[in-house]
Amino acid sequence: MNIRMLVNGAPTELDVPGMRRLLDVLREDLGLTGTKEGCGEGECGACSVILDGQVVDSCLVPVSQADGSTVRTVEGLAHRSAGTSGAELDALQQAFLETGGAQCGICTPGMLMAARAYLDAGGGPDEDAIREAIAGNLCRCTGYTKIVEAIVVAARPQA
Amino acid sequence: MTIRTEPPRVARPSRAEDALLVAPGQTVPGRARPRGPLRREGPAKLTGEAKYADDLVFPGAWYGATIRSTEARARLVAIDRDEAFDWSQVVVVTADDIPGDNIVSLISDDQPVLVPVGGEIRHHAEPLALLAAPDRATLRAARAAIDVRTDPLPPVLDPLDSDHVFAHYEIASGDLDAGFAEADVVLEGTYRVGHQEQLYIENNAMIAVPREDGGVAVHGSLQCPYYIHKALKRAMRLSDTQAQVVQAETGGGFGGKEEYPSIIAIHAALLARKCGKPVRMIYERHEDIVATTKRHPAVVTHRTGVRSDGTLVAQEIEIVMDGGAYCTLTPVVLSRGALHAGGPYRCPNVRIRARASRTNTPPNGAFRGFGAPQTEFAAETHLNRLAERLGLSPLEIRRRNVYRLDDTTPTGQVLRESVAGEEVLERAAEAAEFERVRERTARARSEHQGSGAVPSAPLATRPERTASGIGLALGWHGAGFTGSGEVKLSSVASIELTAAGAVRILTGSTEMGQGTKTIFPQLVAEALGVAYEAVEIAPQDTAFVPDSGPTVASRTAMVVGGLLITAARRLRAQVETATGGTFADTYADWAAAHGTIRVDERFEPYPGVHFDDETYRGDAYPAFGWASCVARVDVDLDTGEVLVRDVVAADDIGTVIHPVLAEGQVEGGTLQAIGYATIEEMKLRDGRYLNDRLATYLIPTALDAPRISTILVQAPFSGAPHGAKGVGELPMDVGAPAVIAAIHDAVGVWIHDLPATPERILAALGAAARPVEPGREGAGSAAAPATSAADTNRNVREPILGGTDPRPEGRTDPLPLRGPQEDGAPQWPSDDPADERG
Repeated sequence: MNIRMLVNGAPTELDVPGMRRLLDVLREDLGLTGTKEGCGEGECGACSVILDGQVVDSCLVPVSQADGSTVRTVEGLAHRSAGTSGAELDALQQAFLETGGAQCGICTPGMLMAARAYLDAGGGPDEDAIREAIAGNLCRCTGYTKIVEAIVVAARPQA
Repeated sequence: MTIRTEPPRVARPSRAEDALLVAPGQTVPGRARPRGPLRREGPAKLTGEAKYADDLVFPGAWYGATIRSTEARARLVAIDRDEAFDWSQVVVVTADDIPGDNIVSLISDDQPVLVPVGGEIRHHAEPLALLAAPDRATLRAARAAIDVRTDPLPPVLDPLDSDHVFAHYEIASGDLDAGFAEADVVLEGTYRVGHQEQLYIENNAMIAVPREDGGVAVHGSLQCPYYIHKALKRAMRLSDTQAQVVQAETGGGFGGKEEYPSIIAIHAALLARKCGKPVRMIYERHEDIVATTKRHPAVVTHRTGVRSDGTLVAQEIEIVMDGGAYCTLTPVVLSRGALHAGGPYRCPNVRIRARASRTNTPPNGAFRGFGAPQTEFAAETHLNRLAERLGLSPLEIRRRNVYRLDDTTPTGQVLRESVAGEEVLERAAEAAEFERVRERTARARSEHQGSGAVPSAPLATRPERTASGIGLALGWHGAGFTGSGEVKLSSVASIELTAAGAVRILTGSTEMGQGTKTIFPQLVAEALGVAYEAVEIAPQDTAFVPDSGPTVASRTAMVVGGLLITAARRLRAQVETATGGTFADTYADWAAAHGTIRVDERFEPYPGVHFDDETYRGDAYPAFGWASCVARVDVDLDTGEVLVRDVVAADDIGTVIHPVLAEGQVEGGTLQAIGYATIEEMKLRDGRYLNDRLATYLIPTALDAPRISTILVQAPFSGAPHGAKGVGELPMDVGAPAVIAAIHDAVGVWIHDLPATPERILAALGAAARPVEPGREGAGSAAAPATSAADTNRNVREPILGGTDPRPEGRTDPLPLRGPQEDGAPQWPSDDPADERG
């Protein structure tokens, strides 16, 4: 099946089985391995990506459902400027780095995408709302304390 | 001894109602600041650039799979291949293909890499054969074309039935009979805990790549490169250089990647050897839960004598752990469990007896805390029951018994320094306003009591539907390997100054989220007087780094970090002596002139620390970390659900190296302990885990997690050059008993078995039938049949023989843990005072 998507701003066209998981298309066909697989059944949220503005578990999305859609993955968060090898972290990533919101890092890409969708939808620094927004993303390292703290920092209006 | 707590103790939080709530950004008393350097590999993890095992690409790699037993115990008769399938397109590996020993072992040589035909299958997920194919579809088809024939054998599923003991210990001090004779009150209780799954979010994964020298390189998710190196050499018959182990970025371990990765590495290596291509052995969640090691289930019985003023005079403790089908690390898990079983309390007359037995369930192994969370849950819950019996506050009974400087433990260890049990206790209680909140919850409970809206329930369901409670626990955790373990490990850590002027750390210690790659450069930079950014850390690849021992036992910061500081000081002295300038100013030029030099530092025993493994006497650990946890819960009186609202955790970890990373360890360990206390339960049937998926084995989400306030207390250990004692496991020991105490404070019942599920709480409140005990057979729901009287009667009190039995005649529980008895239901044993009905 011919699939067209806008992946992290780049027009992408590929011919794959329509029932292939969006997760596998991203990781194996497009080499975007930042998106992780933790359970394969939509429980852990490690594979979270933003599909047309909504956070989805990419392990549960057949790629045919993403045809014609805009997909954003963790690779699309940092700003890459021409002529430099590195990437400049966005405010959310920077907040995770400074507060200690990433430990082993395997839940981090999915957590960032859930938090990014929350912030893009106008979410503020309210702790309960933040916890609700990331309730579908499991973390086994942090106890969530510093993840919530990072999102609070990123949600605060910049001075 | 010095206890430094910064900032010093301050007044209580201003808003009393929300004593435990800390607003984001609000300063918590004692919460250490400023922050250390930013996480070294943080940017790579945050951009998705970090490469975990399954992210690595090896062109032409095949996919591997494991054929496992489906029975708990059987004789393997044959592995049949469907003749209709084209076997030329795949490879099949059986025990016959193993070039070396068919053994994967850390302590005892009892576990095969693959069960040979004719051999005994000992658990439900035991590997029997391996497959590899160029693509996943062919692999699936090949799996379906394999048929395993077996002769079933009767399994042993209960450790109390097992006649095969992996290990047993006895720790004794004083005169137990004399101790009980002077007791005013003697209380007995039995506590049970089940399996707990580590549930790192990255599943186990290992990729084997054939080397040109006939060896194999494995890249994977792992904690201990040299454990795998040793296992590969033996099973694959390889030399030191032919076996190469490279750690990929590792998505959590918690003990679960200490041991099992050795088996996966050998499996992948066998397949790679046979097909001559790289082989990817990437577990899915289901296989990871089904097959890999869990926290040991345990049954712990306490009989404790206490004076009416709360002074402990006798502790008799029996521990039985379920080791599962193979020995694995069980003897050392049991040892740590036994050494921590009395809790951090002075008691002159103690006997602790512990044994671990074999069952036909998947092997249990390392999990953060390593035996101590099981036994400290029992010790703390028992002490809280004693306090209640004596009419003492849980805080007060701990004040009267907690170890102080120069006290002696049951192994005869004199605590000469770095003793901070009292400090963590007082600071946690103060920050949480423990006594004041407890007065308030007691008033609320007495208002509820007896209003009788629910038949047979002690508490009424009132409009608010929930009851609140606060609970406290205190714990200790021995730092580093047990006994003479560190001496036997003889770890090495190195620093290299290259001719190009790079300072490079060489250790086998792995990063799995806890911060190794950040604190090591931090410690070395400080010792050398150079910038953090100037210090590199080499990849964890056995081709380059020395064996620094396993990354376990909260030993990395204390032991390996200490070796690095000593190595750095030696390097600095060498350069400064030669140049006459400071290291920072002169090392680049000096290195360019003299070429690369490397300083290796090998572990030397800590001065004055001795342990006798034969008699179990002496210094079991060079130092202990101390932790106190105060939890506040809401219990739903209709459903029995527990919400842990707030936690204050005070942890003494010696010198704090990196406050943000240390707090992260306390917060994460605390939430794992809360999961252990409330929702994490492995259910078994016929030796198989029933809830073997993430949809059915639940861990806390952000909504289940409490607000956690961390207080870091610093009582440095003089044996380590930086004074650090380790932090990883300590918080795991105290969370569960604090939650159980808070549940009791809320609703007036003691939960003896973890986790405190709604079923257990409703049963304790008399509103439902009692569910199956943890770690034992059955569905474990309220609808499950009650255990038989004979079954319930067997507990580990049986091994307590001899001496007078001063147990009181009356019941010891205000509200014994059980459900209503229906006609024809089994009778509860009458000889257990804790089980008598009033």
